[in-house]
Amino acid sequence: MNTGTDIGGWSVVIAVLGAALRVSTPYLFVSLGETITELSGRINLGLEGTLIMGAVSGYAISYATGSPWLGVLGAGATGAAFGLLHAGLCSLPRVNDIAVGVALFILGTGLGIYLGKPLIHPVAPRLPDIHFGAWSNLPSLRAALDINALFIIGVVLAPIMLWMLRNTRWGLILRTVGDSADAARALGYSINGVRAIATALGGFFAGIGGAFLSLYYPGSWTEGLSSGQGLMAVTLVIFARWNPVNCVYAALLFGGATAVGPALQAIGYGGDYYLFGAAPYVLTLILLIRSSSTRHRMFGAPSELTFNK
Amino acid sequence: MGAAYWRGLEAMTLTVAAVLAALLLFGIFVAFDGLNPVDVYRVLYLGAFGTSFSIESTLTRAAPLMLTALCVAIPARAGLLIIGGEGALVLGGITAVLAGVALAGSPPGIAIPLILVAGAAGGAAWIAIPAGLRQFRGVNETISTLLFNYIAIALLNHLVSGPMRDYAQTLKPTSWPIEPAFMIGTIPGTNVNWGLACGIVACLVAYVALRRTTLGFAMGILGGNLRAAQMTGLPVARLVLIAAALGGAAAGLAGAVEIVAVHGAASVSLVVGYGYAGILVAFIARQNPLAVIPVALLVGGISASGGLLQRRFAMPDAATTVLEGCIFVVVLASNALYGRIRLLQPRAVAPA
Repeated sequence: MNTGTDIGGWSVVIAVLGAALRVSTPYLFVSLGETITELSGRINLGLEGTLIMGAVSGYAISYATGSPWLGVLGAGATGAAFGLLHAGLCSLPRVNDIAVGVALFILGTGLGIYLGKPLIHPVAPRLPDIHFGAWSNLPSLRAALDINALFIIGVVLAPIMLWMLRNTRWGLILRTVGDSADAARALGYSINGVRAIATALGGFFAGIGGAFLSLYYPGSWTEGLSSGQGLMAVTLVIFARWNPVNCVYAALLFGGATAVGPALQAIGYGGDYYLFGAAPYVLTLILLIRSSSTRHRMFGAPSELTFNK
Repeated sequence: MGAAYWRGLEAMTLTVAAVLAALLLFGIFVAFDGLNPVDVYRVLYLGAFGTSFSIESTLTRAAPLMLTALCVAIPARAGLLIIGGEGALVLGGITAVLAGVALAGSPPGIAIPLILVAGAAGGAAWIAIPAGLRQFRGVNETISTLLFNYIAIALLNHLVSGPMRDYAQTLKPTSWPIEPAFMIGTIPGTNVNWGLACGIVACLVAYVALRRTTLGFAMGILGGNLRAAQMTGLPVARLVLIAAALGGAAAGLAGAVEIVAVHGAASVSLVVGYGYAGILVAFIARQNPLAVIPVALLVGGISASGGLLQRRFAMPDAATTVLEGCIFVVVLASNALYGRIRLLQPRAVAPA
């Protein structure tokens, strides 16, 4: 049986789709978290560092306890701690959130690689697959439909999050703080308190995104594990217009862009491999250009974001 | 004493205090790792400034850091937060090689300056694009320059593994080499290449240009208050583009220097994080081109000591990145203390 070759060009499409599902999960979690943070009026550009810290701590905890899910939780907690650090620094007077983000990007990357040194060889238990493709007799389709549980959690979480943002008291407070700090202050809410919670939540999700990298795909700890997913997710949130459900589509699109290069190389077309590697960055840039304007602030953007000042 | 004196004293005191506090934090961190902090500090000093070998290594690393720091500091004067130094350095390296190859056969006295100019032009053009996008499309320049870094690295990988590849080099993908005659040597009596002189001169020129010329003054107004700059009729778009292009030129020059002083050809060896470390240098120096020189020596020293730390204590090489991250965080936090410490405020002179 050589079904893999019988379907010809479709094998590339299936490979890209399967890879997009795998690769998109970190984008999804980081962007869901960053949506909450940005809705409160702050940008956390340090999520790349948080992602790496999440990857290391998740891997270490999974290795130590034998439970990848405890690893995921631990990664989330580490991410939340980094979020709190960001929020604490930003609440000081004359401290710019974007600069703090760059600093935490450097600190998180360094700390993650430092602490991860002993973890390069040990093999930690990985997160399980759910086999949605069991009905098919095409091996490539079956492989593409082995979907990770975290991805499904993210997809289910997105509409719940959207509903909560629109219909609960908490969602309203968060949006008030992000749209008008003065109004929120007048209502008696602590601006820094709400933003600290929002940034910690954002860090929690980014940490989980990192745990996905080390515990599922690629599924081990290496120093070059993250290639800017944490940074790109910040832009992805803008593309998704601060809407968690749109984050799912945006994450899939980015996952697809990331997957095109390797899929083409797999069928022997390797000529412009590195140019395809730039695809997600170029896509991000195009989306950013399309959604920006000098005349009005971005549609749907929280007014308190540094972007709009 | 004038206001400038007190401002300078306050900035210097708080920055030195912040760096010391960060060193203390780092000491606590390594103590948790089971090392004696005092030993670590001693080796850190030895590896950075302790021997003539380590001083030369520090100076060699400081040179590109001065130039990439200017890529942050010059645009910052006009109110831009540009962090694309890594990409501009790569682009400068690529254009320097292209110029070097095109100029093959010409006298080195003409070719070398042209190669450096080509590198600076490559970096300038690269950073001018995000500045233009900000000015004419409202695209946030911090995020776009960050993306430009990744795009530049992808472009470099593409060029050296195909269109510009030297197939005689089999160890790793490398571009065509420039002529050996175009390589610049070391400063006589040292093992430090002439890049250091480029860096120091660039910082001095940038300082004078930003603090003592009309152009620099206009940028300062723009960076201080956009509305005021518009009302006084300053050419805002042109100033933004010039500031960004000058910054990009500095980082591009760093790339060209790496080519003519170190590598002789473009390859991934250009991507060693000078761009990101330059952001750190610029922020510690509070975007002041003159202060960039000593701060680049400090950060260059930290990175130079990484090898020794690794050999003495079997520390991961990321230890120096951890220290740099600590310094960055504490220096930013120290912004909150400006105007708060009475000892550092201007005081009324007591009547005689």
